[in-house]
Amino acid sequence: MRIVVSIKRYNPEKKPQAYTQEFSLDVKPTDRVLDVLVSIKENQDSSLTFRKSCAHGVCGSDAMIINGQERLACKTLVKDVAQVDNDRIEVEPLRSMPIQRDLAVDQGVFFDNYRKIDPFLRPKEKPPKEEYRQSQKEREQFEDPTKCILCSACYSSCPVIEAGEKKFVGPAASAQAARFAFDTRDVGIAGRLEELDTPDGVAACDNHFNCTKVCPRGIKITKNINTLKKSIKKHKES
Amino acid sequence: MKHELDVVVVGAGGAGLYAALEASRNKKVKNIAVVSKLFPVRSHTGAAQGGIGAALGNLEEDKPEWHAFDTVKGGDYLVDQQAAMILANEAVDSVYDLEHNGLPFNRTEEGKIDQRRFGGHTRNFGEAAVRRSCYAADRTGHMILQTLYQQCIKNKVAFFNEFHLLDVLIDGNTCQGIVAYDLATGELHTFHAKAVLLATGGFGRMFRITSNAFANTGDGPAVLAQQGLPLEDMEFFQFHPTGIRGMGILITEGVRGEGGILRNCDGERFMERYAPTLLDLAPRDMIARAITTEILNGKGILKKPQGDDYVHLDTTHLGKEVLEKKLPDITEFCRTYQDIDPITTPIPVQPTAHYGMGGIPTDVNGQVFGDTKGTIVEGLYAAGECACVSVHGANRLGTNSLVDLIVFGKRAGSSVASFAAGAQHQPIPVNADDRAKKRIIDLSNSSSNVKQDVLRKKMRDTMMDGVGIFRNGNDMADAIETIKELREDAKDLSVSDANAKYNTELMDTMELKNLLDLSLITAVSAHNRQESRGAHAREDFPDRDDANFLKHTYASLNKDEVRLEYKSVDTSIWEPKPRKY
Repeated sequence: MRIVVSIKRYNPEKKPQAYTQEFSLDVKPTDRVLDVLVSIKENQDSSLTFRKSCAHGVCGSDAMIINGQERLACKTLVKDVAQVDNDRIEVEPLRSMPIQRDLAVDQGVFFDNYRKIDPFLRPKEKPPKEEYRQSQKEREQFEDPTKCILCSACYSSCPVIEAGEKKFVGPAASAQAARFAFDTRDVGIAGRLEELDTPDGVAACDNHFNCTKVCPRGIKITKNINTLKKSIKKHKES
Repeated sequence: MKHELDVVVVGAGGAGLYAALEASRNKKVKNIAVVSKLFPVRSHTGAAQGGIGAALGNLEEDKPEWHAFDTVKGGDYLVDQQAAMILANEAVDSVYDLEHNGLPFNRTEEGKIDQRRFGGHTRNFGEAAVRRSCYAADRTGHMILQTLYQQCIKNKVAFFNEFHLLDVLIDGNTCQGIVAYDLATGELHTFHAKAVLLATGGFGRMFRITSNAFANTGDGPAVLAQQGLPLEDMEFFQFHPTGIRGMGILITEGVRGEGGILRNCDGERFMERYAPTLLDLAPRDMIARAITTEILNGKGILKKPQGDDYVHLDTTHLGKEVLEKKLPDITEFCRTYQDIDPITTPIPVQPTAHYGMGGIPTDVNGQVFGDTKGTIVEGLYAAGECACVSVHGANRLGTNSLVDLIVFGKRAGSSVASFAAGAQHQPIPVNADDRAKKRIIDLSNSSSNVKQDVLRKKMRDTMMDGVGIFRNGNDMADAIETIKELREDAKDLSVSDANAKYNTELMDTMELKNLLDLSLITAVSAHNRQESRGAHAREDFPDRDDANFLKHTYASLNKDEVRLEYKSVDTSIWEPKPRKY
């Protein structure tokens, strides 16, 4: 089928303003949007810039806005966003991060926020000779956010971040804070209270649920944030 | 721009991060930097699914010695056996180290690390499949990458992200640093270091159907080959039996470890005829050949031997619980990319180019060999898929890629740190980046209309069809000629994007040239090995020939020719025997 792909372009070396460019090409409904972008780069405009690597949704390189929503280009098939001939697919870079060139954005602040929550296990006791014991049930309490690939789709979708009125480390960093706080091997909430109970931590989340909607890994981010909020409250009251 | 560092690690996958972490644990080493062309956690280790083989014996009796034997036999006796013993022994402590650092392994009833069966991993030297693979659902590689990156953050390792390796500086027999291209600015950076560790990963993008990421272009081995350094056993390239039809996306062997069955168009479990004991858990080379043979015999699902046929991986008897709890990601891949639900419908699969057993020759501490005599290149180290220790021989066992990363990545990190602690910077010339500069200028100045995507497609077709699962002398000779022509054409490649910043076209071109060099080395190494061993299966030489070919290939590039030398294999523990499963 033939589709029109409308891409928001920006290359400050050439032109100070962003603009939209349309490409028309033949595709299969089962092609990934990433395949479509690669085809445009190979056959129509080699200067088109985007990130890519694994091409099957596990590396987090190619998050972008496709038809208004944050998605991974490699996990979105043409048929998910275009059904008949001459349908348009609109592709834009992620929001709330400076555009570097075309669809590549600067994720620097996103990663800085991730680092802020101390995203590493802080063991509550010295390691045994073999493994720490942990039940499958205990593991399931923090499994969900371990799926995170740090693609920053959630960060782009977050209305609190976009409004910029209050500081917020963002959904991904908050979900990772929950990941460690609920790991039985970790010092947990008691040991992490100083980093967790801050105005720019989970407290800043206003429960819009956009992050949960767009997460390409299906992580229930808002739920993780709310569980962590409640646990912090409970810990402070006890 | 110039940087002065103690240790520079190139690549932020499992081997690179483990090496950096281990080096950072040495208090005598100060400046450690990881230079990677991707952001950390984007590396292809993250796509590894099934698990890490380690003889923890959490569910049944197991011993490192059995693991080492399986590795040797799986590699069709081209494995260096003392190295395999190190691999199997140290896998156990490395798995515990990862667990202590937070890796969320699945758990047994007792709260220990859960383990599952995997291809070629057996108890008591081949008696039956054993539960050895330690796993975190079907995203074990993802969890390794995350855990190691987290620990590197904790230890304040410096990262240079989106820096492409263009050159390794070697004077005589001493490595002095690297030159890398900063994608964000288009500037060259010289990293003057006491020691360099290459962990640039695989090079499966030379084939048409592959499980490999776009980034897997073998930049480390290619840059060394371009300086005439040898690469070892490059003819051995693993095709994973189960890639998603047409796309090559990996469907983990863990599916068969959990009980999945391969079936042909008659619904027959055809592995009964090829590997009566281990069946669907035979080593990958055997299963990839079995699938291809079924297809060639008209037993593929489409019954079309000439086309892009496939077989079924039947998971419909496993139940929702197993698929969604233990194999959630592959269940989702099937739903996303094939519009099928593996709970009720078999998965269409075909072999996919997956893993290079060969690479930069190293000793068991990651030190790079410069020749077949074992001369060390001072200050140069390599680990992970880009390296060849050799623990995979002619065919790697499932899980052993991750085992390789966490054992030899860690060992290389430890030894590079000890070396750097006692070493001085070797002086480098002011114009150390000249060679890298020339590589870029050559591409910018050409005005030909050779198109890189045309060359890339032809390379991938040529390697897939001429140097693929089944090989023969004539087809490989043709492939060598074609690759030589493509390399000639590539000399005229130009880059039309003239921008300095985020010039991905320029880097794509550089990567293509690297792949063409590695393709030539692979094809020539394969053509000269007149036997069948592991993943190297020749129609014109169907048997293994220990008398003439129980030896490692060392191939070095000299302009348009490949020079071949050979080195003996360490068979000090087990005598080579015919490989049956």
